[in-house]
Amino acid sequence: MRDSLGSVRTVLLLGGRSEIGLAVAERLVREGAREVVLAARGGVGDPPSVFEALGAATHSLEFDAEAADTHAATVAAAVELVGDLDVVVDAFGVLGEQSEYEADPLSAARAAAVNYTGHVSVGLSVAARLREQGHGALVVLSSVAGVRVRRANFVYGSAKAGLDGFAQGLADSLHGSGARVLVVRPGYVATQMSRHVDPAPFPATPGQVADVVSRGLRGSATTVWAPRVLQPVFAGMRMMPRTLWRRLGR
Amino acid sequence: MSRPTLLSGWGRTAPTAAHVVRPRTLEQAAEALAQAGPRGALARGLGRSYGDAAQAAGGLVLDCTELTGPPRLDTERQEVTAPAGTSLERIIAHLLRRGYFVPVTPGTGHVTLGGAIAADVHGKNHHADSSIGAHVRALTLLTPAGEVHRLGPDGGDTELFWATVGGMGLTGVVTEATIGVHPVETAYARVDTDRTRDLDSTLELMARTDHAYRYTVCWVDLLARGGSLGRSVLTRAHHARRADLPAPQRRDPLRHRPGAPLAAPPWAPPRLLNRWTVGAFNTAYYNAAPLRRRGQAQPVSGFFHPLDAVQGWNRVYGRHGFVQYQFVVPFGEEDVLRAVAEGLAGAGAPSFLAVLKRMGEPTPGPLSFPRPGWTLALDLPADLPGLARLLNGFDERVLSAGGRLYLAKDSRARPETVHAMYPGLSAWRATRARVDPGGVLVSDLARRLELV
Repeated sequence: MRDSLGSVRTVLLLGGRSEIGLAVAERLVREGAREVVLAARGGVGDPPSVFEALGAATHSLEFDAEAADTHAATVAAAVELVGDLDVVVDAFGVLGEQSEYEADPLSAARAAAVNYTGHVSVGLSVAARLREQGHGALVVLSSVAGVRVRRANFVYGSAKAGLDGFAQGLADSLHGSGARVLVVRPGYVATQMSRHVDPAPFPATPGQVADVVSRGLRGSATTVWAPRVLQPVFAGMRMMPRTLWRRLGR
Repeated sequence: MSRPTLLSGWGRTAPTAAHVVRPRTLEQAAEALAQAGPRGALARGLGRSYGDAAQAAGGLVLDCTELTGPPRLDTERQEVTAPAGTSLERIIAHLLRRGYFVPVTPGTGHVTLGGAIAADVHGKNHHADSSIGAHVRALTLLTPAGEVHRLGPDGGDTELFWATVGGMGLTGVVTEATIGVHPVETAYARVDTDRTRDLDSTLELMARTDHAYRYTVCWVDLLARGGSLGRSVLTRAHHARRADLPAPQRRDPLRHRPGAPLAAPPWAPPRLLNRWTVGAFNTAYYNAAPLRRRGQAQPVSGFFHPLDAVQGWNRVYGRHGFVQYQFVVPFGEEDVLRAVAEGLAGAGAPSFLAVLKRMGEPTPGPLSFPRPGWTLALDLPADLPGLARLLNGFDERVLSAGGRLYLAKDSRARPETVHAMYPGLSAWRATRARVDPGGVLVSDLARRLELV
């Protein structure tokens, strides 16, 4: 259960090796969470030691983002492990090279399946459980890449655009159920996943994203940006004429 | 089934959704309870628990506020019987007209009789008369198996009776209860008021004079700086006798007409209550109180339930809501009171309406809160930065002093802390398991604190 000051007991991290996801989970543990389920392909056999040091139990769970038919069972298995899901962090994703995607449509389609349709099946499974519980929060890691899709990474960006729209609709469908969805739109975050990408203006660290998520969960926000300045920046970007937007180098 | 309804406590924090039904009779309550699903069921009264005691996420909530009927006063046995959904306010109005009063009332009359027993509530007379559980002569308890138990303190299943008194609704649904009453000559309190200059003089005056009064309570200013920290307005009272009243009131001494409540505005800006506004209020309140006044006749509604004059006062904390923190520590542990007062002042925490009181004899209820000692209760805005850490630190002081937190007020403590504060918990669990082996009865409080 979430308490009056925003502490929770359990965290399920979908994408159990995601650096941003782990930073969010760590923040929730520092604020009082005691059980963390790390769900990833092959399970997470070597969870970061910080969880144990902070007094939280970790559990490993097999989760394959591409195997949509297993997602309901994955959520049920997490409930079996820790009981009510207080916060579910939906953080899995892949980020390849746009040029390689363009050369290999099949790999692009597979990336899109992980980055979009995988979230649809697992997101709906999580939402059903939260609705049944009458409480809980689903944190969806979207991206500014989906706010306005760019020429330079439109395979990844379009999947994030789909995910962002899906998450917003899911949030509205859960209104009044006691459960909620928090959409998180980070900009460039330096992690293993983004190693091959050049840093963009207004970067954030995983810890800063965790700060923003923590604050969002405490209040009644539906969408948060990391860093916050990206909200007005992208309000401007959306206005940019197409001819200019198309010519952006990155 | 109906659409779920969002429920929260009086502090308006952490709402969760449940299916709500409103039984009017014991039979309807039994029927509803039998239909509870895997997410369990719970009785709810007027929702005055501050935290999550009267909500059951995803479950079935029996809103018992329509489980009412006229109170039945037995003057020979000096007791009153009423359906559990009847409010204390209604019972008090019924009794006063006939020259009687309830044995215990908390700071609001807007609680149901069943809820008052489930929380084993206390009032300004705890040091003299204990909590409401000490005055329950009989109660009817409906369990998830559909059994109806008639329970009392003097015979039969006394273990289940005391597990229910203070049991936070987790042993069954109380559908009716009989409590002792006492005769009064008037509907007024004869109040003595004193103002003290700091915490030490407050504690000294209370310790010295408490036994001479039936009702005592102390409002403490926890925002005053330096030497004035803990300055207080102490009010002590007895029921007024007819001869104590001024001539005009003496003609109709049992007249009880609490005015229609004012409504608080439906919305308040966030952070309306901050250290400056609350500090200014506290200073004004302190200065408005007389230094020393004796024998003032005050209507019981104003004396016992001053906040009932403002309907929905909990909304002034804004949309983030507030937490109430109430603990008791044994006599001799006054240092904990000082540490809490200094900790709050140091953090600039705007605690409005901090109330200090001495407690007397406890009841045998394993989850009943009161213990002999000092109890301090205070409200704090839930969005105060650093509040979780501050209160966790207080919890440790309270626990190591042999004290405890009040479950009806709690919304944020950690399970292991509460378990250590209530050593009777395992015995209580065993009793509960006897009448609810399927674990149907559950609340968000019980889940959060791992009580069941």
